[in-house]
Amino acid sequence: MTVGLPAFLLLAALLFSLGLYGVTSKKSAVMVLMSLELMANAVNINLVAFSRFLTPEKMTGQVFAMFMMVVAAAEIGLGLALVIALYRQTKTVELDHINELRG
Amino acid sequence: MSPTVALIPFAILGLLTLGCAAMMLFSRNVVHAAFWMLASMVSTAGLYLLLSAEFLALVQLLVYAGAVAVLVLFVVMLTLRRRADAVRPIDFSLPALALAVSFAALACFMVLSLVPAYPDSLPSVAPGVTELGLELFSTWVLPFELASLILLVALVGAVWWSGGVKRS
Repeated sequence: MTVGLPAFLLLAALLFSLGLYGVTSKKSAVMVLMSLELMANAVNINLVAFSRFLTPEKMTGQVFAMFMMVVAAAEIGLGLALVIALYRQTKTVELDHINELRG
Repeated sequence: MSPTVALIPFAILGLLTLGCAAMMLFSRNVVHAAFWMLASMVSTAGLYLLLSAEFLALVQLLVYAGAVAVLVLFVVMLTLRRRADAVRPIDFSLPALALAVSFAALACFMVLSLVPAYPDSLPSVAPGVTELGLELFSTWVLPFELASLILLVALVGAVWWSGGVKRS
């Protein structure tokens, strides 16, 4: 029994949906950032699977996945720094309580 | 004979990835959630090994399972001082569930309808770490340096935002 490209794409789609649910439903800023990492991870699986199944000798997908990791690392670093800065100001990381800019 | 991806390791690693991600979303303790995320990332590194991307699997372990998990745990430690703060109700939201389920259904439909034509066999060429390094430092050298610049800017920005510098 073997699996092909669609199996990897399905797995990535389900992982992305789990991350999407986390981003939209969680009320703790840290949990939202962790769910964002799940979504980035799903995109990476897609890139690597496409690269391996379609054009393995060029490795464009692998290189792109590496750049994705760089951007995701920068994003989680800045996001967590924002969480800490917000915590200094408001003493909470609950997104419902951070509503200073609400119109 | 061209290589293929066997079903059993793929099923084990895929179910581990999805299961740990789901456990992350449905665990009430933020610290436990961070550890579930770590487990999910490690399983994803296994999936990269199945796709013969050894270097990416290593980077995944170092960056996600190492650095990101430690960073998340540090922020949890800094922001949730009391033990009771880390345990929280499961935030269930029906609109979010509807959004995620409809997205999943749409994506699965698109995958199943658009790509059933691909065979299960992989191309037999599987370039290794050497080729990846050559490619990265010849074709992609400018984006590579830009990526390092992005990391530097993000590092300085993170220190600037999170540091307790008195600003006028």
